[in-house]
Amino acid sequence: MDGVHDLGGMDGYGPVRAERDEPVFHHPWEGRVYALNTAMSARGVWNIDIGRFAIESQPPRVYTTSSYYELWLAKLEKLVLQYHLAEADELERGHADVPGPEPRFTTADVAGVLARGSFVRSAESGPRFAAGDRVRARNIHPRSHTRLPRYVRNHVGVVERVHDPNVFPDSVVRGDGPQPQWLYTVRFDGEELWGDDAEPDMVVSVNAFEPYLESA
Amino acid sequence: MAADHDESTPSDVELRVRAIESVLVEKGYVEAAALDHIVEAHETSIGPHIGARAVARAWVDPDYRQALFADASAAIAPFAHLGRVGDQLIAVENTPDVHNMVVCTLCSCYPWDVLGLPPVWYKSPAYRSRAVKEPRSVLAEFGLTLAPETAVRVWDSTAELRYLVVPMRPAGTDGWTEDQLAELIGRNCMIGVELPTVPTVA
Repeated sequence: MDGVHDLGGMDGYGPVRAERDEPVFHHPWEGRVYALNTAMSARGVWNIDIGRFAIESQPPRVYTTSSYYELWLAKLEKLVLQYHLAEADELERGHADVPGPEPRFTTADVAGVLARGSFVRSAESGPRFAAGDRVRARNIHPRSHTRLPRYVRNHVGVVERVHDPNVFPDSVVRGDGPQPQWLYTVRFDGEELWGDDAEPDMVVSVNAFEPYLESA
Repeated sequence: MAADHDESTPSDVELRVRAIESVLVEKGYVEAAALDHIVEAHETSIGPHIGARAVARAWVDPDYRQALFADASAAIAPFAHLGRVGDQLIAVENTPDVHNMVVCTLCSCYPWDVLGLPPVWYKSPAYRSRAVKEPRSVLAEFGLTLAPETAVRVWDSTAELRYLVVPMRPAGTDGWTEDQLAELIGRNCMIGVELPTVPTVA
Protein backbone atom coordinates (compact mmCIF):
# COMPACT_ATOMS: atom_id res chain seq x y z
CA MET A 1 0.00 0.00 0.00
CA ASP A 2 1.09 3.58 -0.60
CA GLY A 3 1.24 4.24 3.12
CA VAL A 4 2.97 6.61 5.49
CA HIS A 5 5.45 3.87 6.37
CA ASP A 6 7.04 4.17 2.91
CA LEU A 7 9.32 7.00 3.97
CA GLY A 8 12.20 6.95 1.49
CA GLY A 9 12.76 10.44 0.06
CA MET A 10 10.17 12.26 2.15
CA ASP A 11 11.12 15.74 3.38
CA GLY A 12 10.30 17.54 6.59
CA TYR A 13 11.26 15.08 9.32
CA GLY A 14 14.17 17.18 10.54
CA PRO A 15 17.62 16.14 11.73
CA VAL A 16 18.54 12.62 12.83
CA ARG A 17 18.81 12.70 16.60
CA ALA A 18 21.04 9.99 18.05
CA GLU A 19 20.99 9.28 21.77
CA ARG A 20 24.27 8.62 23.60
CA ASP A 21 24.53 5.32 25.49
CA GLU A 22 21.05 4.33 24.51
CA PRO A 23 19.50 1.46 26.52
CA VAL A 24 18.13 -1.60 24.68
CA PHE A 25 14.66 -0.80 26.01
CA HIS A 26 13.71 2.64 27.36
CA HIS A 27 10.89 1.30 29.56
CA PRO A 28 10.21 -2.20 30.90
CA TRP A 29 6.92 -2.35 28.93
CA GLU A 30 8.88 -2.05 25.67
CA GLY A 31 10.75 -5.24 26.48
CA ARG A 32 7.48 -7.01 27.30
CA VAL A 33 5.95 -5.91 23.99
CA TYR A 34 9.02 -7.06 22.10
CA ALA A 35 9.07 -10.44 23.88
CA LEU A 36 5.32 -10.99 23.47
CA ASN A 37 5.56 -10.31 19.75
CA THR A 38 8.52 -12.67 19.42
CA ALA A 39 6.86 -15.47 21.39
CA MET A 40 3.51 -15.14 19.63
CA SER A 41 5.15 -14.98 16.18
CA ALA A 42 6.74 -18.36 16.93
CA ARG A 43 3.29 -19.98 16.75
CA GLY A 44 3.48 -19.52 12.98
CA VAL A 45 -0.09 -18.15 12.75
CA TRP A 46 1.20 -15.02 11.03
CA ASN A 47 4.54 -14.30 9.39
CA ILE A 48 6.81 -11.27 9.50
CA ASP A 49 5.13 -9.51 6.58
CA ILE A 50 1.64 -10.00 7.97
CA GLY A 51 3.04 -8.31 11.08
CA ARG A 52 4.49 -5.47 9.01
CA PHE A 53 1.19 -4.96 7.22
CA ALA A 54 -0.60 -4.78 10.58
CA ILE A 55 1.64 -1.78 11.36
CA GLU A 56 1.51 -0.17 7.89
CA SER A 57 -2.27 -0.31 7.87
CA GLN A 58 -2.65 1.61 11.12
CA PRO A 59 -4.37 4.94 10.41
CA PRO A 60 -1.72 7.47 9.28
CA ARG A 61 -2.43 9.66 12.29
CA VAL A 62 -1.70 6.73 14.61
CA TYR A 63 1.41 5.65 12.69
CA THR A 64 2.96 9.11 12.69
CA THR A 65 2.30 9.87 16.36
CA SER A 66 3.15 6.50 17.94
CA SER A 67 6.52 5.35 19.20
CA TYR A 68 8.08 2.25 17.69
CA TYR A 69 6.99 -0.11 20.45
CA GLU A 70 3.56 1.51 20.67
CA LEU A 71 3.14 0.40 17.05
CA TRP A 72 4.33 -3.08 17.99
CA LEU A 73 1.69 -3.16 20.72
CA ALA A 74 -1.00 -2.07 18.25
CA LYS A 75 0.21 -4.77 15.85
CA LEU A 76 0.02 -7.48 18.50
CA GLU A 77 -3.46 -6.44 19.64
CA LYS A 78 -4.67 -6.36 16.05
CA LEU A 79 -3.26 -9.77 15.12
CA VAL A 80 -4.42 -11.50 18.31
CA LEU A 81 -7.96 -10.34 17.54
CA GLN A 82 -7.73 -10.96 13.78
CA TYR A 83 -6.70 -14.59 14.32
CA HIS A 84 -9.17 -15.08 17.20
CA LEU A 85 -6.50 -15.93 19.73
CA ALA A 86 -8.36 -13.70 22.19
CA GLU A 87 -11.49 -11.56 22.18
CA ALA A 88 -11.67 -7.77 22.47
CA ASP A 89 -13.43 -7.85 25.83
CA GLU A 90 -10.71 -10.11 27.21
CA LEU A 91 -8.03 -7.59 26.22
CA GLU A 92 -10.11 -4.83 27.75
CA ARG A 93 -10.46 -6.63 31.08
CA GLY A 94 -6.97 -8.16 31.07
CA HIS A 95 -8.27 -11.65 31.83
CA ALA A 96 -8.90 -14.68 29.65
CA ASP A 97 -12.38 -16.24 29.78
CA VAL A 98 -11.29 -19.57 28.36
CA PRO A 99 -7.89 -21.16 27.68
CA GLY A 100 -6.62 -21.14 24.10
CA PRO A 101 -5.29 -23.94 21.92
CA GLU A 102 -1.76 -25.37 22.16
CA PRO A 103 1.16 -24.86 21.85
CA ARG A 104 2.56 -22.91 24.79
CA PHE A 105 5.76 -20.93 24.21
CA THR A 106 8.10 -21.87 27.08
CA THR A 107 11.65 -21.09 28.16
CA ALA A 108 12.76 -24.14 26.15
CA ASP A 109 11.63 -22.33 22.98
CA VAL A 110 13.57 -19.12 23.60
CA ALA A 111 16.86 -20.18 21.99
CA GLY A 112 14.98 -20.91 18.76
CA VAL A 113 13.79 -17.30 18.38
CA LEU A 114 17.11 -15.58 19.10
CA ALA A 115 18.22 -15.60 15.48
CA ARG A 116 16.41 -14.32 12.42
CA GLY A 117 14.26 -16.86 10.60
CA SER A 118 15.01 -18.11 7.10
CA PHE A 119 12.91 -17.03 4.12
CA VAL A 120 14.94 -18.87 1.47
CA ARG A 121 12.88 -21.35 -0.58
CA SER A 122 13.31 -23.13 -3.89
CA ALA A 123 11.72 -21.71 -7.05
CA GLU A 124 10.06 -23.59 -9.87
CA SER A 125 12.19 -22.04 -12.61
CA GLY A 126 15.45 -20.16 -13.04
CA PRO A 127 16.00 -16.42 -12.57
CA ARG A 128 14.82 -14.14 -15.36
CA PHE A 129 17.56 -11.54 -14.82
CA ALA A 130 21.32 -11.75 -14.45
CA ALA A 131 23.93 -9.45 -12.92
CA GLY A 132 24.49 -6.48 -15.22
CA ASP A 133 20.96 -6.44 -16.68
CA ARG A 134 19.21 -3.10 -16.88
CA VAL A 135 15.80 -3.29 -15.22
CA ARG A 136 12.94 -0.92 -14.49
CA ALA A 137 11.11 -1.13 -11.18
CA ARG A 138 7.47 -1.55 -12.13
CA ASN A 139 5.03 1.28 -11.54
CA ILE A 140 2.81 -0.75 -9.21
CA HIS A 141 0.52 0.53 -6.45
CA PRO A 142 -1.03 -2.52 -4.76
CA ARG A 143 -3.54 -1.71 -2.02
CA SER A 144 -2.07 -4.55 0.03
CA HIS A 145 1.48 -5.16 1.25
CA THR A 146 4.52 -4.73 -0.98
CA ARG A 147 8.24 -4.31 -0.37
CA LEU A 148 8.93 -2.19 -3.45
CA PRO A 149 9.40 1.33 -2.10
CA ARG A 150 7.74 4.19 -3.99
CA TYR A 151 10.96 6.12 -4.56
CA VAL A 152 12.34 3.51 -6.99
CA ARG A 153 9.14 2.75 -8.89
CA ASN A 154 9.33 3.49 -12.61
CA HIS A 155 13.10 4.08 -12.31
CA VAL A 156 15.83 2.18 -14.15
CA GLY A 157 18.60 0.41 -12.31
CA VAL A 158 21.13 -2.35 -12.81
CA VAL A 159 20.99 -5.85 -11.33
CA GLU A 160 24.07 -6.21 -9.19
CA ARG A 161 23.50 -9.58 -7.59
CA VAL A 162 21.08 -12.51 -7.85
CA HIS A 163 20.07 -14.04 -4.51
CA ASP A 164 18.27 -17.27 -3.67
CA PRO A 165 14.51 -17.30 -4.14
CA ASN A 166 12.69 -16.01 -1.04
CA VAL A 167 9.15 -16.11 0.32
CA PHE A 168 7.22 -13.41 -1.58
CA PRO A 169 5.79 -10.93 0.96
CA ASP A 170 3.07 -9.56 -1.37
CA SER A 171 1.63 -13.04 -1.87
CA VAL A 172 1.74 -14.07 1.78
CA VAL A 173 -0.14 -10.97 2.92
CA ARG A 174 -2.75 -11.41 0.15
CA GLY A 175 -3.38 -14.88 1.59
CA ASP A 176 -1.96 -16.68 -1.45
CA GLY A 177 0.92 -18.44 0.31
CA PRO A 178 4.72 -18.09 0.00
CA GLN A 179 5.03 -18.30 -3.85
CA PRO A 180 8.86 -17.97 -3.67
CA GLN A 181 10.41 -15.48 -6.10
CA TRP A 182 13.96 -14.74 -7.20
CA LEU A 183 15.44 -11.84 -5.33
CA TYR A 184 17.88 -9.27 -6.71
CA THR A 185 20.03 -6.43 -5.49
CA VAL A 186 19.26 -3.59 -7.90
CA ARG A 187 21.32 -0.40 -7.81
CA PHE A 188 20.09 3.02 -8.87
CA ASP A 189 22.19 6.12 -9.49
CA GLY A 190 21.28 9.16 -7.42
CA GLU A 191 20.50 11.21 -10.55
CA GLU A 192 18.08 8.53 -11.78
CA LEU A 193 16.11 8.77 -8.52
CA TRP A 194 16.40 12.43 -7.61
CA GLY A 195 17.38 14.23 -10.83
CA ASP A 196 19.37 17.43 -10.45
CA ASP A 197 18.55 17.48 -6.74
CA ALA A 198 20.63 14.35 -6.05
CA GLU A 199 23.71 14.63 -3.88
CA PRO A 200 26.91 13.99 -5.87
CA ASP A 201 28.22 10.48 -6.42
CA MET A 202 25.60 8.43 -4.61
CA VAL A 203 24.09 5.06 -5.36
CA VAL A 204 21.12 3.43 -3.65
CA SER A 205 20.24 -0.24 -3.85
CA VAL A 206 17.13 -2.15 -2.91
CA ASN A 207 16.39 -5.85 -2.74
CA ALA A 208 13.70 -6.44 -5.33
CA PHE A 209 11.66 -9.57 -5.97
CA GLU A 210 11.43 -10.63 -9.61
CA PRO A 211 7.74 -9.60 -10.06
CA TYR A 212 8.77 -6.03 -9.16
CA LEU A 213 11.05 -5.77 -12.21
CA GLU A 214 10.84 -5.57 -16.00
CA SER A 215 13.61 -5.39 -18.62
CA ALA A 216 14.76 -1.90 -19.52
CA MET B 1 15.47 8.23 31.87
CA ALA B 2 12.81 10.84 32.57
CA ALA B 3 9.55 9.47 33.87
CA ASP B 4 6.64 11.23 32.21
CA HIS B 5 4.19 10.13 34.85
CA ASP B 6 4.00 9.18 38.52
CA GLU B 7 5.80 5.86 39.04
CA SER B 8 2.82 4.50 40.94
CA THR B 9 0.36 5.36 38.18
CA PRO B 10 0.82 3.22 35.08
CA SER B 11 0.30 4.91 31.72
CA ASP B 12 -2.40 3.81 29.28
CA VAL B 13 0.20 2.00 27.23
CA GLU B 14 1.53 0.15 30.28
CA LEU B 15 -2.01 -0.89 31.18
CA ARG B 16 -2.61 -2.21 27.67
CA VAL B 17 0.66 -4.15 27.77
CA ARG B 18 -0.18 -5.67 31.16
CA ALA B 19 -3.64 -6.58 29.92
CA ILE B 20 -2.50 -8.37 26.77
CA GLU B 21 0.33 -10.14 28.59
CA SER B 22 -2.11 -11.39 31.24
CA VAL B 23 -4.53 -12.63 28.62
CA LEU B 24 -1.89 -14.41 26.54
CA VAL B 25 -0.38 -16.03 29.64
CA GLU B 26 -3.78 -17.10 30.98
CA LYS B 27 -4.73 -18.46 27.56
CA GLY B 28 -1.67 -20.68 27.84
CA TYR B 29 0.07 -19.25 24.74
CA VAL B 30 3.18 -17.99 26.50
CA GLU B 31 4.99 -18.68 29.73
CA ALA B 32 5.85 -15.43 31.53
CA ALA B 33 9.34 -16.74 32.37
CA ALA B 34 10.02 -17.22 28.65
CA LEU B 35 9.31 -13.53 28.10
CA ASP B 36 11.81 -12.67 30.84
CA HIS B 37 14.43 -14.78 29.07
CA ILE B 38 13.86 -13.06 25.71
CA VAL B 39 14.25 -9.61 27.29
CA GLU B 40 17.32 -10.69 29.23
CA ALA B 41 19.05 -12.14 26.15
CA HIS B 42 18.62 -8.85 24.31
CA GLU B 43 19.74 -6.78 27.27
CA THR B 44 22.82 -8.87 28.06
CA SER B 45 24.00 -11.22 25.30
CA ILE B 46 23.03 -9.96 21.85
CA GLY B 47 24.76 -6.74 20.86
CA PRO B 48 27.30 -4.97 18.67
CA HIS B 49 30.20 -6.75 20.37
CA ILE B 50 29.33 -9.70 18.09
CA GLY B 51 29.79 -7.77 14.86
CA ALA B 52 32.82 -5.98 16.30
CA ARG B 53 34.59 -9.30 16.91
CA ALA B 54 34.05 -10.29 13.29
CA VAL B 55 35.31 -6.97 11.91
CA ALA B 56 38.40 -7.04 14.14
CA ARG B 57 39.18 -10.59 13.05
CA ALA B 58 38.79 -9.56 9.41
CA TRP B 59 41.29 -6.74 9.95
CA VAL B 60 44.00 -9.10 11.21
CA ASP B 61 43.27 -12.38 9.40
CA PRO B 62 43.09 -12.34 5.55
CA ASP B 63 41.54 -15.83 5.39
CA TYR B 64 38.80 -14.81 7.81
CA ARG B 65 38.26 -11.60 5.86
CA GLN B 66 37.69 -13.63 2.71
CA ALA B 67 35.28 -15.95 4.55
CA LEU B 68 33.36 -12.97 5.95
CA PHE B 69 32.73 -11.48 2.52
CA ALA B 70 31.90 -14.89 1.05
CA ASP B 71 29.31 -15.85 3.71
CA ALA B 72 28.90 -13.48 6.63
CA SER B 73 26.24 -15.62 8.35
CA ALA B 74 28.61 -18.58 8.60
CA ALA B 75 31.67 -16.50 9.40
CA ILE B 76 30.07 -14.60 12.30
CA ALA B 77 28.25 -17.56 13.86
CA PRO B 78 31.19 -18.51 16.13
CA PHE B 79 30.98 -15.04 17.76
CA ALA B 80 27.18 -14.96 18.05
CA HIS B 81 24.91 -15.68 21.02
CA LEU B 82 24.38 -19.46 21.09
CA GLY B 83 26.29 -19.54 17.79
CA ARG B 84 23.20 -18.41 15.93
CA VAL B 85 23.08 -15.91 13.07
CA GLY B 86 20.24 -15.70 10.55
CA ASP B 87 21.01 -16.49 6.92
CA GLN B 88 21.44 -13.98 4.08
CA LEU B 89 23.71 -11.68 6.08
CA ILE B 90 26.00 -9.75 3.75
CA ALA B 91 29.17 -7.91 4.76
CA VAL B 92 29.93 -4.81 2.67
CA GLU B 93 33.34 -3.20 2.65
CA ASN B 94 34.26 0.44 3.01
CA THR B 95 37.19 1.48 0.81
CA PRO B 96 38.78 4.84 -0.03
CA ASP B 97 36.47 4.88 -3.07
CA VAL B 98 33.15 3.79 -1.55
CA HIS B 99 31.46 4.38 1.80
CA ASN B 100 28.53 2.11 2.68
CA MET B 101 25.54 2.89 4.88
CA VAL B 102 22.48 0.81 5.71
CA VAL B 103 18.84 1.83 6.13
CA CYS B 104 15.38 0.33 6.08
CA THR B 105 13.03 2.90 4.55
CA LEU B 106 9.93 0.71 4.93
CA CYS B 107 10.25 -0.44 8.55
CA SER B 108 13.22 -1.31 10.78
CA CYS B 109 15.11 -4.22 9.16
CA TYR B 110 18.46 -4.54 10.88
CA PRO B 111 20.99 -7.32 11.57
CA TRP B 112 19.93 -7.51 15.23
CA ASP B 113 21.48 -10.92 15.75
CA VAL B 114 24.93 -9.39 15.20
CA LEU B 115 24.38 -5.76 16.28
CA GLY B 116 21.62 -6.00 18.89
CA LEU B 117 18.21 -4.37 18.51
CA PRO B 118 18.32 -1.18 16.43
CA PRO B 119 18.68 2.24 18.09
CA VAL B 120 15.74 4.65 18.05
CA TRP B 121 17.39 6.94 15.48
CA TYR B 122 17.71 4.05 12.98
CA LYS B 123 13.94 3.52 13.21
CA SER B 124 13.12 7.25 13.10
CA PRO B 125 11.28 8.84 10.17
CA ALA B 126 14.14 11.35 9.87
CA TYR B 127 16.75 8.68 9.13
CA ARG B 128 14.49 6.44 7.07
CA SER B 129 13.31 9.29 4.85
CA ARG B 130 16.63 11.03 4.29
CA ALA B 131 19.26 8.28 4.09
CA VAL B 132 18.35 7.38 0.50
CA LYS B 133 18.01 10.99 -0.71
CA GLU B 134 20.64 12.99 1.14
CA PRO B 135 23.08 10.46 2.62
CA ARG B 136 26.00 12.90 2.77
CA SER B 137 23.94 15.37 4.78
CA VAL B 138 22.85 12.63 7.17
CA LEU B 139 26.43 11.45 7.62
CA ALA B 140 27.54 15.02 8.30
CA GLU B 141 25.04 15.15 11.17
CA PHE B 142 26.87 12.16 12.64
CA GLY B 143 30.11 14.10 12.28
CA LEU B 144 31.27 12.19 9.23
CA THR B 145 32.16 14.37 6.25
CA LEU B 146 33.18 12.24 3.32
CA ALA B 147 35.82 13.29 0.81
CA PRO B 148 34.19 14.39 -2.47
CA GLU B 149 35.96 11.54 -4.30
CA THR B 150 34.40 8.94 -2.00
CA ALA B 151 31.12 7.64 -3.42
CA VAL B 152 28.23 6.85 -1.07
CA ARG B 153 26.46 3.53 -1.39
CA VAL B 154 23.18 3.23 0.49
CA TRP B 155 21.73 -0.24 1.09
CA ASP B 156 17.96 -0.14 1.63
CA SER B 157 17.03 -3.39 3.41
CA THR B 158 13.75 -4.08 1.65
CA ALA B 159 13.79 -7.90 1.95
CA GLU B 160 15.10 -10.54 4.37
CA LEU B 161 18.73 -9.79 3.60
CA ARG B 162 20.75 -7.95 6.19
CA TYR B 163 23.87 -5.84 5.82
CA LEU B 164 26.90 -5.32 8.00
CA VAL B 165 29.31 -2.53 7.09
CA VAL B 166 32.97 -3.43 7.50
CA PRO B 167 34.82 -0.17 8.10
CA MET B 168 38.45 0.42 7.13
CA ARG B 169 41.01 -0.21 9.83
CA PRO B 170 42.09 3.16 11.19
CA ALA B 171 45.68 4.35 10.90
CA GLY B 172 47.80 4.14 14.02
CA THR B 173 46.69 0.64 15.02
CA ASP B 174 49.68 -1.37 13.75
CA GLY B 175 50.47 -4.20 16.11
CA TRP B 176 47.18 -3.93 17.99
CA THR B 177 45.59 -7.16 19.16
CA GLU B 178 42.22 -8.30 17.90
CA ASP B 179 40.73 -7.47 21.32
CA GLN B 180 42.10 -3.93 21.23
CA LEU B 181 40.81 -3.43 17.71
CA ALA B 182 37.33 -4.74 18.57
CA GLU B 183 37.06 -1.99 21.20
CA LEU B 184 37.24 0.63 18.43
CA ILE B 185 34.36 -0.77 16.42
CA GLY B 186 31.07 0.68 17.62
CA ARG B 187 27.59 -0.13 16.43
CA ASN B 188 27.29 3.03 14.32
CA CYS B 189 30.46 2.13 12.38
CA MET B 190 28.83 -1.13 11.33
CA ILE B 191 25.64 0.66 10.22
CA GLY B 192 27.92 2.99 8.27
CA VAL B 193 27.20 6.36 9.87
CA GLU B 194 30.47 6.72 11.79
CA LEU B 195 34.10 5.65 11.41
CA PRO B 196 36.25 3.91 13.99
CA THR B 197 38.62 6.37 15.61
CA VAL B 198 41.71 5.81 17.71
CA PRO B 199 41.40 7.58 21.06
CA THR B 200 44.15 10.08 21.68
CA VAL B 201 46.26 9.14 24.68
CA ALA B 202 46.15 11.77 27.40
